[in-house]
Amino acid sequence: MSPRNPSPPAHDVFIAGVSLTKAGEHWQTSLRELAFEAVRLAQIDAGGLVPQALYVANAFAPILSHQIQLGALIADFSGLRGIEAVTVEAAGASGGMALRQAFLALMSGQLETAMVLGVEKMTDKIGPAVLSALATTTDADHEAVHGITPAAQAALLMQRYLYEYEAPSNALAGFSINSHANAVTNPNAIFQRALSEEAYTKAAMVCEPLNIMDAAPSVDGAAAVLLARRSVLPSESETPRVRILGSASATSALALHDQPDILTFTAAAESAHAAYAQSGLKAKDIDVFELHDQFSIFSALSLEAAGFAEKGQGWRLAHDGQIGLQGRIPITTFGGSTARGDSGGATGVYQLAEVVLQLQKRADKNQVMDTKIGMAQCLGGIGSTACTHILGRE
Amino acid sequence: MEVSRHWRLKKQRYALEGEVCPHCHAKIFPPRDVCPDCGLDARTLYQFSGRGEVYSFAKVQDAPEAHSEQSPYTVALIRLEEGPLVTAQLTDIGDQPLEVGSPVEMVTRKLRSDGERGMLVYGYKFRPLLRPSI
Ligand SMILES: [Zn+2]
Repeated sequence: MSPRNPSPPAHDVFIAGVSLTKAGEHWQTSLRELAFEAVRLAQIDAGGLVPQALYVANAFAPILSHQIQLGALIADFSGLRGIEAVTVEAAGASGGMALRQAFLALMSGQLETAMVLGVEKMTDKIGPAVLSALATTTDADHEAVHGITPAAQAALLMQRYLYEYEAPSNALAGFSINSHANAVTNPNAIFQRALSEEAYTKAAMVCEPLNIMDAAPSVDGAAAVLLARRSVLPSESETPRVRILGSASATSALALHDQPDILTFTAAAESAHAAYAQSGLKAKDIDVFELHDQFSIFSALSLEAAGFAEKGQGWRLAHDGQIGLQGRIPITTFGGSTARGDSGGATGVYQLAEVVLQLQKRADKNQVMDTKIGMAQCLGGIGSTACTHILGRE
Repeated sequence: MEVSRHWRLKKQRYALEGEVCPHCHAKIFPPRDVCPDCGLDARTLYQFSGRGEVYSFAKVQDAPEAHSEQSPYTVALIRLEEGPLVTAQLTDIGDQPLEVGSPVEMVTRKLRSDGERGMLVYGYKFRPLLRPSI
């Protein structure tokens, strides 16, 4: 086990409620309104439980909405005026990191309840301005200055991956096809249409060799997870209780060129293995895995990092149909960032809430059979921040 | 305008000046003062040759604001002959097919234009190696 992620004595932090709102282009809705809706729905789902603190996962509001101090803003606007509140930013990993901060606060005994809210308002700006904001997740001095964007990083990874492992040019198609198939029955997804292999092959290039189907759309979104210690959980609940079994985080460099090996997501691997160690579980025990699929190549590298595939073999899981709802390791079961939509710092909270729905058998047409243990892994940039949570149904 | 920020990075951007670790002799670029290989202090300046080969490359179609006038452009990871990887744009590509492993050399070019008042940032790009004529 990593000394950076020591195992706490006993985890008794539960998910008391979750909420998911529609990911999309909400021209008529402001950042605070998106946030309030998710806060309100999570509180209802938790039987009216009132959080003692609010952890806001957000990455781009300072740039795109010229707004900082979201903690106080959203607490005030959401009827939680006065409570402790703070923003947690770790690019695409913000949601996982916000949950981890809330988890640590509850484990410390200082708090008994906390709301983790992911919110992102991407559509206040358009086109190049959004790309400039997204590019701030890369190394400003040594990547962004050269015109590197997140899509460019992913394309550089994809090019090298296909070259080094001699994989076919459509090796990653299965990830996008799977995500789109799962999003068809997710009312919160921006894309609810299936994708054919032929359509993938013909898709326009965003950053050759990366095509538009390899890249997630940037959308507005808000989702929330309300945490509670066992002692304050409502005594009656129609839904099974879900507990946090493992929580771990790790980092690596922001820039691709500073990675010891660009094709190994080291922070993802380290956080996953620390979470396994805390929970006494292994990759084979995970029934559903919500990974971070902002780009299709990330899915392959994440599956490898978390121990579901050997290095260089992650793409075969998609190619061989093992990631579907009935597959060996179901991923992006509600469409993931690829088809549900990627809402920046809020994405991780969507992933976590989706795992909870799977464990509570509330996933409706997207339900994976026999789910007892689920994992959500949130990544910032090229896995520069990684945060892995393992959840279990009581 | 971020004049001081870009001025600070001038030597590495214009001359590919990095560092060498006095303990394990690893060559370091971009300079970071702590050796990524052995973790010890590494502040000895080192002049890179500017030669290397393409490790990976991609063609950017959708550019952020400061690069929109260059779009589309090709970015790459270059494996410098001294060891480190560096991120840069490729330039003067011409009609040659680009491949992983293609030899390249450093040139100085305009990297981006900063904001409305148009501060230009110059620095390294790489171009296919020009072979001397026989
Ligand atoms: Zn050294």
